[in-house]
Amino acid sequence: MDRRVVITGLGVVSGFGVGADALWSGLCDGRTCLGPITRFDAAGFATRLAAQLPDNFAAKDFVPKSYRKATKVMARDSEIAVAAARACVEDARLITRGTEGENIATTYPASRLGCQIGAGLIAAETDEMTAAMATAAGDDGRFSLRTWGGEGGQGMEALTPLWLLKYLPNMLACHVTIIHGAEGPSNTITCAEASALLSIGESMRVIQRGAADACFSGGCESRLNVMGLLRWSLAGMLAPTGDETDGSRIVRPYDAAAAGGLLGEGGGILMLEEERAASARGARAYAHLAGFGAGQSDPDYRDGERDEGMRFAIENALEDAGVNASQVDAVVPMASGVPRLDAAEAGALRAVLGDHLSRVPLVTLSPHVGNCNAGHAGVQAAVGAMCLREQRLPARLHAGRPSGGLDAGARGAVAANLNCVLVCTGSLGGQNAAAVLTRA
Amino acid sequence: MSTRVVITGMGWVTPLGTDVDAVWRRILAGESGIGPVTRFDASTFKTNFAAEVKGFDLAESLPADLAAGHEDAALNTRFALAAAQRAWEQSGLGSLASSGKLSRRRFGMYLGAGEGPIDIDNYAATNLAGWKADTRSLDAAAWGRAAQQNMSAVREVQQEPNMALAHLARAFGARGPSSNCMTACAASTQAVGEAFETIRRGDADVMLAGGAHSMIHPLGMTGFIRLTAMSTRRDDPAHAARPFDRTREGFVMGEGAGMLILESLEHALARGATPLAEIAGFGSSADAFRITDIQPEGKGAQAAMLEACRQAGVNPREPGPDGRPQVHYISAHGTGTSENDKIETAAVKGVFGPLAPRVPFSSVKSMLGHLIQAAGAVELMTCVMAIRTGFVPPTMNLHEPDPECDLDYVPNAARDLREQGGVEVCLSNSFGFGGQNDTIAVRRFRA
Repeated sequence: MDRRVVITGLGVVSGFGVGADALWSGLCDGRTCLGPITRFDAAGFATRLAAQLPDNFAAKDFVPKSYRKATKVMARDSEIAVAAARACVEDARLITRGTEGENIATTYPASRLGCQIGAGLIAAETDEMTAAMATAAGDDGRFSLRTWGGEGGQGMEALTPLWLLKYLPNMLACHVTIIHGAEGPSNTITCAEASALLSIGESMRVIQRGAADACFSGGCESRLNVMGLLRWSLAGMLAPTGDETDGSRIVRPYDAAAAGGLLGEGGGILMLEEERAASARGARAYAHLAGFGAGQSDPDYRDGERDEGMRFAIENALEDAGVNASQVDAVVPMASGVPRLDAAEAGALRAVLGDHLSRVPLVTLSPHVGNCNAGHAGVQAAVGAMCLREQRLPARLHAGRPSGGLDAGARGAVAANLNCVLVCTGSLGGQNAAAVLTRA
Repeated sequence: MSTRVVITGMGWVTPLGTDVDAVWRRILAGESGIGPVTRFDASTFKTNFAAEVKGFDLAESLPADLAAGHEDAALNTRFALAAAQRAWEQSGLGSLASSGKLSRRRFGMYLGAGEGPIDIDNYAATNLAGWKADTRSLDAAAWGRAAQQNMSAVREVQQEPNMALAHLARAFGARGPSSNCMTACAASTQAVGEAFETIRRGDADVMLAGGAHSMIHPLGMTGFIRLTAMSTRRDDPAHAARPFDRTREGFVMGEGAGMLILESLEHALARGATPLAEIAGFGSSADAFRITDIQPEGKGAQAAMLEACRQAGVNPREPGPDGRPQVHYISAHGTGTSENDKIETAAVKGVFGPLAPRVPFSSVKSMLGHLIQAAGAVELMTCVMAIRTGFVPPTMNLHEPDPECDLDYVPNAARDLREQGGVEVCLSNSFGFGGQNDTIAVRRFRA
């Protein structure tokens, strides 16, 4: 018998704060979180705007008392993940091992709870690493491997013993599984912006094949550190920001004249549940996760096939859901504002949706929350679920003009009759994923 | 009935070489791939030895028409390309692809590739340029300016863990579902397992699956030295990897890649391919215990092994018709750390009960070192070779029994099982830091 999958909880962390409601009201009000980077002095970079989490964000507020000590060994990506997972569990009204209280029975046995959380390549904190490296600089000021390897608290011994563990990408899922007692299948997909949606698809398959009844699913990342900013600048993903202070004027999805994207911190973790198990416990479903598809593009985006992998992903997802392209009521795309990625995405959408595309509103998030990288599609999927539940499309910011007749320009929030929302994403690296959400 | 999934090609790059049969012979002979680190000056490192891949040249591994476009690939990606090329050749898919009969849309990839090695010289120079000695703090603005002078776009981007997929997509034309996972030392077992599931549920006909990794660089070695997870037997590196021995004191770092072509049986038979073996089951679990320790009874490891056995239709507590346990060989995660080896032993006992001492259970990490994210795929390939040859590989350097490790680790010499009926079913175990556990069951292909 078919096991269908529903979305029963949303845990979003974004520049708007923790929780899907904070995100939704920010989007509907047409606000942006893209402002000057204050976490560190970005004066040495051409890109000085990003969407930071609110200053009062602290991981210890989202873990059980007994786990507070462990927040000391969390990279910021893991901090975001534990906060998103807590928000997700509360929103789904699920009882887990992480729920505080005496003698409470968990909703699911540990072995039936899975966890697929996409992550990025987490950079070592440069302050900590450099403080250690400085003890291994020779008289010429250059880094010496011989001193680095030595003893007496110098060099590598200046690093905390658990240094490596903080930066393993699977630590996001690891902390979440420990806190919430999730002993089912667990994975960490690392495919840049496609990570969260590939994880959501994998959770869906895990539930469908009966290996779990519920899964934490999505992704989180913060590249908002010097190394992350550098790498994404070098990769050609970021726009120079000049004297601008409002990042929503810079990020212009599908505008061929756009200069690039901006970083955001955050992500989304969704609770996916097998439909009968969810209804048996009286859960409220935001939406059905009706279909999923993935595909790989040639990363060179060579002529004629640059959008092929994403087209396959979208077609596979629609086929899996059993819906026609003409039934898609809205799309929540990656919409990074990086012209070459946007062009591939628009090309794939046009190839699949045809003339229908011009009538389909695109819900673009990066002018509001930046590109949350491995977490981005988790935010996209959460917004798709919110659109279906609220029967509403959030406001769109756009300082330029989207090309090709796409319905992606500036606009206020509007009520809409939505039955089927497509979420899709590509990635730097060519992995693509798409999911079809339908009204619960 | 659910789709059957077979292996039709295999390739690896290991510290003992790159030819599958030749490396297998060296493993059966108990040779060691471990020696002093030559890639950088590790002379003062507490662990200054590793199992390096030696004399590797990607250009020799790839045909000319595939070689273009990979000049900038990171070392892990180069290993992946070479291993994939061998798997591709063995599978015979090339002729199908060149005649346009391979559906690229139904050809996906699932890798457990690691990040590329860090660009240490430029990274260190940039960090020191941003360091303010007087205040003992980082000047981020100065760092940013120095970084843009020093650091190379290509070398940074090529460290991204999804770049192996990008290069393989270009080389082999896969346009189907593609993912890369990083579950530490479990990654490539998990990748092959999820690739198996991808075909089983009908989302692809062919999957290129495996892993590639090198952490033999200064910060990779640093991370594990600080965790005190690696052996420090500096005076005797060739015998430093001693899984299950009482005197074991850590793993030895290795590097390399293992790549397999997985295919639905229907697709393989339709094109006349010869299956090398069949994937019979995949179990995956999380310890959900602690970030630094393994659950003491190996509960998660047991769950993974039990699920793989269940799917394979194997009862681990019942002997088969020939009186032998139904699993003929277990490739251990067997890192050679004190904790892993005793808990993995306890987990195997938990799964196999009284039959546990009768299942050969060895660790090729005693010879190859620990290939980290690539370990699982390479070890799965050794299981396929055990099935195909009837020999099981030894655990080398096992001389002093540990009372908590009292199973049949095939100590110090390979074993010929051909007279007992050969090897039909194997389990391959991989467990990751952070508690991810994965087991694949593989069996001899029988139509």
